[in-house]
Amino acid sequence: MSKICTADEALAGVHDGDVVAAHNWGISGSPGYLFRALVERGVKDLTLCIPNLIPLPEGFVERGLTDPTILLPQLKKIISPFIGARGILSSLSETFLNSLASEGRLEIETSTHGILMERLYAGATGLGGIYSPVGVDTIIAEGKEKRTIDGVDYIFEKPLRPDVGLIKADKADTLGNLVYRGSARGANPVIAMASKYTIVEVFDVVEPGELEPEMIVTPGVFVDCVVRIPDEDVYSGKRRPELMQILAAVMLARGVQVEEAVSEGGEM
Amino acid sequence: MKDRLTEELLAMRAAREIRPGDYCNLGVGLPQLCASYVPEGAIVQAENGTLGYGPLVGLDNVDEMDLDFIDAGGSFFTTAPGMAFFDILTSFVMIRSGRLKSFLGGLQVSEKGDLAIHSLGSADKFPQIGGSMDLAWGAKRLIVLMTHNAKDGVSKVVKELTLPISARACVDLIITDLAVIEVASDGLVLKEYAPGWTPQEVQTQTDAQLIVATDAKEIGF
Repeated sequence: MSKICTADEALAGVHDGDVVAAHNWGISGSPGYLFRALVERGVKDLTLCIPNLIPLPEGFVERGLTDPTILLPQLKKIISPFIGARGILSSLSETFLNSLASEGRLEIETSTHGILMERLYAGATGLGGIYSPVGVDTIIAEGKEKRTIDGVDYIFEKPLRPDVGLIKADKADTLGNLVYRGSARGANPVIAMASKYTIVEVFDVVEPGELEPEMIVTPGVFVDCVVRIPDEDVYSGKRRPELMQILAAVMLARGVQVEEAVSEGGEM
Repeated sequence: MKDRLTEELLAMRAAREIRPGDYCNLGVGLPQLCASYVPEGAIVQAENGTLGYGPLVGLDNVDEMDLDFIDAGGSFFTTAPGMAFFDILTSFVMIRSGRLKSFLGGLQVSEKGDLAIHSLGSADKFPQIGGSMDLAWGAKRLIVLMTHNAKDGVSKVVKELTLPISARACVDLIITDLAVIEVASDGLVLKEYAPGWTPQEVQTQTDAQLIVATDAKEIGF
């Protein structure tokens, strides 16, 4: 049965209070088209589980591109190891985040990139949680059970089983089998496995049999809805060369590596 | 005021810790600068999902930029024969299974090799942990690159951390713009010092007690 549908049809399955997982590590592999559609859907009190919440640098938003900070008004909680970056969080996003957090309307739970993935994987496989050695005696460990097993200290980390996964792939067939391109794979495969309801945005849809079976990274069983980004949209496969040109122009204008997040001793 | 190592020289010295056959991760900040000095036969990992990428795209080859070829710090890279892409779950299996030499920036390192990297304390309102705790905990060997002193002159090589801890007893080697310091079981051993400096002068810039190695020498280039 074909899983092809529009963003509106797919997002009808997202409700107030849902836990939504999505990938973000810059534009590549982050479902910007679905973020925008989710704003239009208008659901609220969402918990967003995301590896990074990084605003786009200047020059992108003006051209119709979005980043996950557009979801902020709809959130009650963020689970993320990395929000903004010293110096690159846009002043608008920072002001907004600050006001939400100070009014107590936004709860922030942190983690590490690796342990966030393990918590999602544990959720996917039905585990009751994991004992993790990362973050022992740090801010991560606050309020968590600590246990020593065979002389090594661990903290207990709960599994994550999002209600909805918003992911992005390069290409899908109508059965939802997915292939990715380059660094765009990100957290998308694990989010697809962990989520109860997974929606993927893709540049292109092909018929079953057109994707090499050996090349498929996310098998269709993990995908509920396939949304092909319309050609006229700035995120579409057709307008990708245009996007590259924007990137190049921004990079040349700034005279530095785009999206560079170098900060005093900082690590992403 | 005596000269300290420039960022480029610091990166060049640090890159000597990378040997052919190594898999390594170069963290955001100073470690990224080591990319230009990685010896042939060593393979660099980007924790957002790539092994063995080519040189970074610079202003002279902007036309080679590809949206989907991007490293963990947001720099675009070119392709290279033998490179591999993977998801972030797999990436952190590489990181925490002790297969990588990790190069991280740092805010403070203590005498016991405790590392503070993820937080400036109350100055940071939002989480900045990223993958730093995984990289610090899981490294086969952890090398921290940082300036020896903060902008206000305060030593970053300290007796005890004053900033929030990221991982305990994890650092193997500290490379600063003044010194190369090994974290040994009996304390911090000063192995090399910046040209024109003496071990005693480095000690005056350092909060932690340094043990001067019997074969301590100037960093040579």
